[in-house]
Amino acid sequence: MLDAIGVESIEDLFDEIPASLKAAPLDQVPPGLSEMQVLRLMQERAEADGRYLNFIGAGAYEHHIPAAVWQLATRGEFYSAYTPYQAEASQGTLQVLYEYQTMMCSLTGLDVTNASLYDGASALAEAVLMAIRLHRSSRRALVPRTLHPRYREVVQTIVSSQDIDLVEVPYDDEPGTISRSALAHFDKDFAVLVIPQPNFFGALESVHALTDWAHERQALAIAVANPVALALMAPPGRWGAQGADIAVGEGQPLGVPLASGGPYFGFMACKQAHVRQMPGRIAGRTIDADGRPGFTLTLQAREQHIRRSKATSNICTNQGLAVTAATFHLTLLGPQGLQRVAHACHANMLALLDRLKAVRGVQRRFASPVFHEAVLSLSAPASSVLGQLCEEGLLAGLDLGRFYPELEDAVLVCTTETKSAADLDHYVRSLAATLSAAV
Amino acid sequence: MRFPAELRYTDTHEWLRQEGDGTVSVGITWHAQDRLGDLVYVENPPRGKILKRGEECGVVESVKAASDIYAPISGEVVSVNEELSSSPEKINQQPYEAWMFRLKPSDPAELPALLDAAGYERLVEAEPH
Repeated sequence: MLDAIGVESIEDLFDEIPASLKAAPLDQVPPGLSEMQVLRLMQERAEADGRYLNFIGAGAYEHHIPAAVWQLATRGEFYSAYTPYQAEASQGTLQVLYEYQTMMCSLTGLDVTNASLYDGASALAEAVLMAIRLHRSSRRALVPRTLHPRYREVVQTIVSSQDIDLVEVPYDDEPGTISRSALAHFDKDFAVLVIPQPNFFGALESVHALTDWAHERQALAIAVANPVALALMAPPGRWGAQGADIAVGEGQPLGVPLASGGPYFGFMACKQAHVRQMPGRIAGRTIDADGRPGFTLTLQAREQHIRRSKATSNICTNQGLAVTAATFHLTLLGPQGLQRVAHACHANMLALLDRLKAVRGVQRRFASPVFHEAVLSLSAPASSVLGQLCEEGLLAGLDLGRFYPELEDAVLVCTTETKSAADLDHYVRSLAATLSAAV
Repeated sequence: MRFPAELRYTDTHEWLRQEGDGTVSVGITWHAQDRLGDLVYVENPPRGKILKRGEECGVVESVKAASDIYAPISGEVVSVNEELSSSPEKINQQPYEAWMFRLKPSDPAELPALLDAAGYERLVEAEPH
């Protein structure tokens, strides 16, 4: 192959890249493996992950995925993880994207959705950039500490070179939600407020009041929402008097299995008035020259392949395969099915919290209502309790001290519909035993 | 009429008209709209914005391309043609009627220094087709 294209080595293919930017020589990349060797390696890696009873959420959630979802998504007609470049030749792919967008608009209560972004965190970064472009006068974004800490890091990384000021808003210690008294320090000197729902602690923010508060100051409101929770809660498009301007979130809970951090997908929806500033691809329905209905990629004029360095965003792709799975997942569940999943998640959390009342050394950390996650304070250091339970095959929650120094004793626990009453009992018994041994 | 004699022009295909009230209207030329095709969106600078000559201050977008609008002279944006936000096709239909925004010039020497109709016509003729 190298001979045929007239180069000496693989290294020569990367001549374009200045030497100063190359991190390491290519020979550090291992040689290719056969299919048999790869399969063996992957099986070993999968086994190394172990088989735990999992009570951790924190941004990635274990849900039951109907077997038909991936049976359909891996059909040859759909099984391309990449965005279509000769788009209109792939009518089936475009129709899936169009159906996906339609369902996400219905779930978020907003007018338009793009065909997805890489993940929830980068979708939020794009939403912040979009809000700054729309606001035109301020380059400051208010980002609450109740937002997922990794999302805050990703946003910081993506916007830091663009002269945008991210300001952290603290939380009130009793409810575990955005501090309204801290917000009172800001007047019209910011472009956007980010509002997570539920927040990283699982708690429900006062989304209507917060959205109105931002709009009264001529700023925009970005919702960061869990899509399963949206089946039960007010959609961002109806937050406050005017609705949130942009809604983003992690799409993984909609049919994408937990897989060591990805690939997942980010969703993004916005008001019609903001659509020209929305990054990414949008599938639209149209009619062809003979009057027949068909699908097309629309609003491409601001994308990179046309506008080059002046594009709205450097994102001109989407997470095709994950979105295909999400489309089938939502289709198979339907609105009522998704509501039942959300109800079951919430009911399990209420049941777990109720059972934990009887356990010495466990307390609810925050008083706010929750969806399917909550923060527990333990009488012993969280990291050692969790470590011990992990050895017994139970992932009992996330050690919040890793992200919030003031919450060293705290654990973020999650229950989805996958947990049975016996699982909840097992959790309560195991935690009680570990805590009493620790005293 | 593709090159009205009473207008001034830029080499980035904006036209300017001196209005009776001392303001200057700015739009895009017949040639510019012809090259872009059917316009679907116009983004104007906000009213009150102080523009410096040559600065990017808006975007016109067609189904196939989006193009920046540059401030042809320095000045304050005193009004914006709101009609274009719902009817951008007016620019295709009557490019010299569909003004985008009006400026109050801050340097009176800038306008007369721009291309006249003959100069702009030569520029367009010289462009590769």
